[in-house]
Amino acid sequence: MNPPFFAGDRVTVRRASPPGHVRTPFYVRGQTGVVERVLDAFANPEELAYGRSGLPRVRLYRVRFRQLDLWPDYQGQPGDTVDVEIFQHWLEPAREEVK
Amino acid sequence: MSHDHDHAQPHRHPPQPDEEDTTPPEYRRLETAVRELLLEKGLFTADEMRQVLERFDSQTPAIGARVVARAWVDPAYRTRLLADGSAAVAELGIDMEEVKLLVVENTPQVHNLIVCTLCSCYPRPVLGLPPDWYKSRAYRSRAVREPRSLLREFGTVIPDGVAVRVHDSSADMRYLVLPMRPTGTEEMGEAELAELVTRDSMIGVSLPRRLQTAKG
Repeated sequence: MNPPFFAGDRVTVRRASPPGHVRTPFYVRGQTGVVERVLDAFANPEELAYGRSGLPRVRLYRVRFRQLDLWPDYQGQPGDTVDVEIFQHWLEPAREEVK
Repeated sequence: MSHDHDHAQPHRHPPQPDEEDTTPPEYRRLETAVRELLLEKGLFTADEMRQVLERFDSQTPAIGARVVARAWVDPAYRTRLLADGSAAVAELGIDMEEVKLLVVENTPQVHNLIVCTLCSCYPRPVLGLPPDWYKSRAYRSRAVREPRSLLREFGTVIPDGVAVRVHDSSADMRYLVLPMRPTGTEEMGEAELAELVTRDSMIGVSLPRRLQTAKG
């Protein structure tokens, strides 16, 4: 199991492409952001889509990404961000890049 | 176009096609087939379904405007609304049903914009059904890729010193923007203030009405 995350933690979204009903947008897969807040646990939509219970519930997080990290050619301001809701099994502790 | 009507001499206009005169798209036929099967099997009644549709149609942005106006006049309510949107709108008799409401506040430093990039998630109990553009691929992709130029096309120019904060309703939360109260409205009451709050200002593509364009 993944460890639970807390507001302020840096997290990386898994870069995976499983088939089925997945609510992790492609544009944040593999990207690193900061947990903006911890939400409730909800039934897993990847299971609900196939008529299963979706239980046990999965913890949901709001992760804030810098636009400049998502789109290198972003036309805007450095403070612009996108917040995305991501389930815990899609998150890993941030892997900081070593240059 | 000149069109001289001589009502003394009746004439025929070409008939407008009725809904049944065009071939229903595939998903419409699928919906009809599934709905009829569910009714036949007794999973719900025709009246229960009618009630749901009636409830959808009764939900309008005026409900969200009431919430915003209350937050503008009552600082304690604003605090509760930002802390727990679902509980705060329940105080006004609004039921968010199975989803959770999260209210995000515009400030002099931050402008919020709501989108659902995956489909069309929208805070229906407070805004009603989403406008067609909200469901378009253009809006859904550009809101996260180039929000400032998208906002300019809605007539909304966000100054460089203000951060644009986009919220992608990707899972179980639904979002409502709490716009900034327009200046010069200090004397206005709650009902009058609600008239300034538009649907688009609660999605974040626009700002509330200004006083000179407001009623009264």
